Amino acid sequence: MKVFLMHPDRDFVPAKEAAFDDDDFAQDLELGVLLDAMAGNDGYLDDIARAALAGAWSNDAGTILYRQEILKDCLANDGIVRELYALALEPFSEDKRRFYIPFGMDPASKVSSSVSTLQMSLDVLRRIRNTCNAFYKTFHSRGFNRLFETLNDNLDDDYLASVKADLERLKFNEGVLVSADLGESGKGANFMLREPQEKDRHMIQRLLPSSQPSFTIQIHPRDEAGAHALGELQARGLSLISDALMQSAEHVFGFLKLLRAELGFYVTCLNLNDRLKGIREGICFPVPSEKQGSFSCLDLRDTCLALTVNGKVVGNDVDADGKSLIIVTGANRGGKSTFLRSVGLAQLMMQAGMFVTAEAFSSSLHSGLFSHYKREEDRSMTSGKFDEELVRMDRIAARIRGRALVLFNESFAATNEREGSEIAHQIVSALLERAVMVLFVSHMYEFARSFLDRKDVLFLRADRDDAGKRSFRLRPGKPRATSFGPDLYKGIFGAPKVSSRSDLVKM
Amino acid sequence: MLIENTALAHDRKANSGKRPRSKRTGKSDSGGNAAPKAARSASSEKKREPPQRAQSDAPFGSILFPAGCEQLRNETGEMPECFTDLNLDQVIAAVIAKQDATVLQPFFYSTYRDAEILRYRQDVFRELANDDLRSSVTSFCERMNRVRLELGYAKKIQYKCHRQVVIFRAIRIYCQSIETLASEFRNFDLISEGFLGFRRHLEKYRSSEEFAELVEEARDLQERLSTVQYSMLVHGGKVTVRKYASERDYSAIVLDQFKRFRTETNQETERKPRDTESMNHIEEGILDLVGKLYPEIFSALQDYLRRHDRFIDETMALFDREIQFYLTLLAYIAPIKQKGLAFCIPEISASDRAGFACESFDLALAAKLVGEKQGVICNDFHLDGPERMIVVSGPNQGGKTTFARMFGQLHFLAGLGCPVPGRKAKLFLADQIFTHFEREEDISNLRGKLEDELVRLHETIEAMTDDSVVILNEIFNSTSLQDQIFLSRRILEAILATDALCVCVTFIDELSSLNEKTVSMVSTVVPEDPATRTFRIVRKPADGLAYALSLAERRKVTHEQLLKRIPR
Repeated sequence: MKVFLMHPDRDFVPAKEAAFDDDDFAQDLELGVLLDAMAGNDGYLDDIARAALAGAWSNDAGTILYRQEILKDCLANDGIVRELYALALEPFSEDKRRFYIPFGMDPASKVSSSVSTLQMSLDVLRRIRNTCNAFYKTFHSRGFNRLFETLNDNLDDDYLASVKADLERLKFNEGVLVSADLGESGKGANFMLREPQEKDRHMIQRLLPSSQPSFTIQIHPRDEAGAHALGELQARGLSLISDALMQSAEHVFGFLKLLRAELGFYVTCLNLNDRLKGIREGICFPVPSEKQGSFSCLDLRDTCLALTVNGKVVGNDVDADGKSLIIVTGANRGGKSTFLRSVGLAQLMMQAGMFVTAEAFSSSLHSGLFSHYKREEDRSMTSGKFDEELVRMDRIAARIRGRALVLFNESFAATNEREGSEIAHQIVSALLERAVMVLFVSHMYEFARSFLDRKDVLFLRADRDDAGKRSFRLRPGKPRATSFGPDLYKGIFGAPKVSSRSDLVKM
Repeated sequence: MLIENTALAHDRKANSGKRPRSKRTGKSDSGGNAAPKAARSASSEKKREPPQRAQSDAPFGSILFPAGCEQLRNETGEMPECFTDLNLDQVIAAVIAKQDATVLQPFFYSTYRDAEILRYRQDVFRELANDDLRSSVTSFCERMNRVRLELGYAKKIQYKCHRQVVIFRAIRIYCQSIETLASEFRNFDLISEGFLGFRRHLEKYRSSEEFAELVEEARDLQERLSTVQYSMLVHGGKVTVRKYASERDYSAIVLDQFKRFRTETNQETERKPRDTESMNHIEEGILDLVGKLYPEIFSALQDYLRRHDRFIDETMALFDREIQFYLTLLAYIAPIKQKGLAFCIPEISASDRAGFACESFDLALAAKLVGEKQGVICNDFHLDGPERMIVVSGPNQGGKTTFARMFGQLHFLAGLGCPVPGRKAKLFLADQIFTHFEREEDISNLRGKLEDELVRLHETIEAMTDDSVVILNEIFNSTSLQDQIFLSRRILEAILATDALCVCVTFIDELSSLNEKTVSMVSTVVPEDPATRTFRIVRKPADGLAYALSLAERRKVTHEQLLKRIPR
């Protein structure tokens, strides 16, 4: 039995450890904000959302569209999906602790707990099946239809009834019968649990063995070690059946676990949708492109910024089809970082099978997302700091593969511009040769200029409007040799003093 | 000239009479019978007759010593003095690991200058590069170890029936180990004298009448024992034992009932057997009852064991012990090799002092770094013509001490007949290896540190010969610069007056060009960032060029490096 809501052909296996610990991009994209909106204080949903996002890079376009279909069903049937999820959660709730299959227990307890796990799990599955059968008409996705079929095929009423009877027999009232060979060390080997004898039905067969010689050891009542040894012997027999039963219980329980996890992902999407609806942020389903070098968006907004300011934010229109490098220059606080983040988030969400906050979004699939951001505001010009940037680049290089997406934000500026530009140029051109798409926000004019002649480069500029106020919108534009630090200074300090900052920026 | 020197050195050594004091005993100042601070080795070449080339029919005795050289065996259980400074104590402890230290330590503590012995061993090492041969021998030793464990265990068993089964199993493992080894050895194209001799013995023993009888009777008995099948009904406080009567497998039935829920992820729920070798009294009691159910089989077993109470061949047992010298060392270096570090069988000579090593490294450090998944920096050296002394200078923490250790380790390992770290090497066989490493101040030492150091160095100068290797690491650090220059110069000149090989780590530049016998090597740094070491020791002084690109290069993120690193 398979759930198949996340992948058309395999299970969704969320990693145990919280993902993104090694990923700078999680910090740079403020992924925590997105995860909070998706999970809404639910630790389990947080794990699921993390796992789904972490697994985004291995999804192909087919999987993404498969999930989009299911997500559309979920958006249309919000209440029913949440109800199914609540049912799937039931075995994991606090007051159902007996459902848990504990490890390290003695075989006798394993047997009884497995039996009860099976009984309970099958009951929950039966109710899920019934709910599905009541509402199947309002679902259209391949994923949900297949799940409904699976439940009906495997959990027909006849089968459930026969399993119930089987579980009753597993109580061993007549003792445990174990067979063995003589092992190498003289210990018993190849222990096998033999079918329990039922006095009424097997009367004749029982007469035969009893005619053969048999010897009996009776444990002395005060021989505790002997009683323990006998218990172990019985456990040897029961451990065979308890493992088999555990497997069966785990099979059924595992299906419920998967159902919880896979439905959980869609519930996080519903949660995010609720939050976005609350602040009137519109969503769209992005169009993944299998071929390389496509990227275009209309009114693409930074999801995390919208969630943080609790309102609509300014978006950008970019048509970069056929471009593999986007260099963003221009005014400080001109929306450059926001744009970078909006692209990273949209790409991540698209590849996870989610919607994005844009009017339209289309992009090639990437093999991974990496970000390299300037870490602090200061520009100490020390080689240690520059080296630290190179160390982070080294870490990226160790993990990146062709066709990835890399976001640079004012990188390699911790040394003088000539050196920084040279290094940045070398790194970026190597990435481009490996079909990596690069977005680079930079103040380094030398660096930007070195790409002026290339056709596959798009230059964007954060401009001020005529009134000197920022629009936060990026427009195509070649880089200019100066930046806008003095403006900021003027804006904050008011007086038109001579700025030392502009000197720094020019260096 | 060379011959005269050597003779002189021998004389001096022979006449010195009292053995020099070690530096550690020097510190404790107890005087008296301190051992020499050197790798103990057999300076045996003069005592011995010219070696007879072993004939192909000479009886095989040992895998460590060629036929005719066994009387040169001169093993010590005492750790050589240079071990701690060279970190060889760590290496050998890790090599021996869980094996029997009292058996193996003497093998690793005792160096030889006899080329015949060492080449015998080198050939065995070379032959063991054959994975099939090595795994064949390894499995043999594992089985022999099990035989020993079983026999030891049997001694502790009170219940007769149980004890007999255990001893019987030991015999069967032994027979199988001999037969497997013999049949596997028939397929190997052996070259080394050691393994060829061993195979002759193995073949002879395996085809002996005594062994054939042991095997065949065991086979018959085992066949009868394997027919024993019984069942136990456990109910309440009793267990009933009887012959098995074809009851159905219940676990299969249960699995079948629930198989539709099977998914590949949880299909392989592991069933962990809690099997221990020992049996409790209930199990032993049950075995007794099984004996009663099958009385003829168990009396035949008793008779067999009585007739074969000493079944292990002595030469096989010796081989099993001595081959561990090779296997443990190879097992130790295997993970290091896997990280791309090279080992080689060095060219060796007890007379030619010209030597070199390519891409060598400190074995102890490599083992540690490989364990921590870090890279290891390799270094080369060569001594040509008149060159005898490498003077290593340059910034601290730059790998100078590591280089010095590497030099000492190489020369010790060569004297064991072992492979050494490096892609290629030619090494001199030292009679002794002297080390002087900077140590923490010892407050129980009554003499001043400088004086103590001088005393120890004096002992070394007295005890060393033209055939010695001396490693000096940052000597005289506790005194003024002027003193250091003066004293160091004197000591180095004394060493240079002999033909011994020496590595001297110092920050005093002028020591590196005392005469044509000295070679200067320098630890290098990344010019841009002097805090960062390359851990490379090179013959040239470092230049001070600093570029951002060199930083980028070190982080492997230049255009070219990235293209190599990033998969398409």
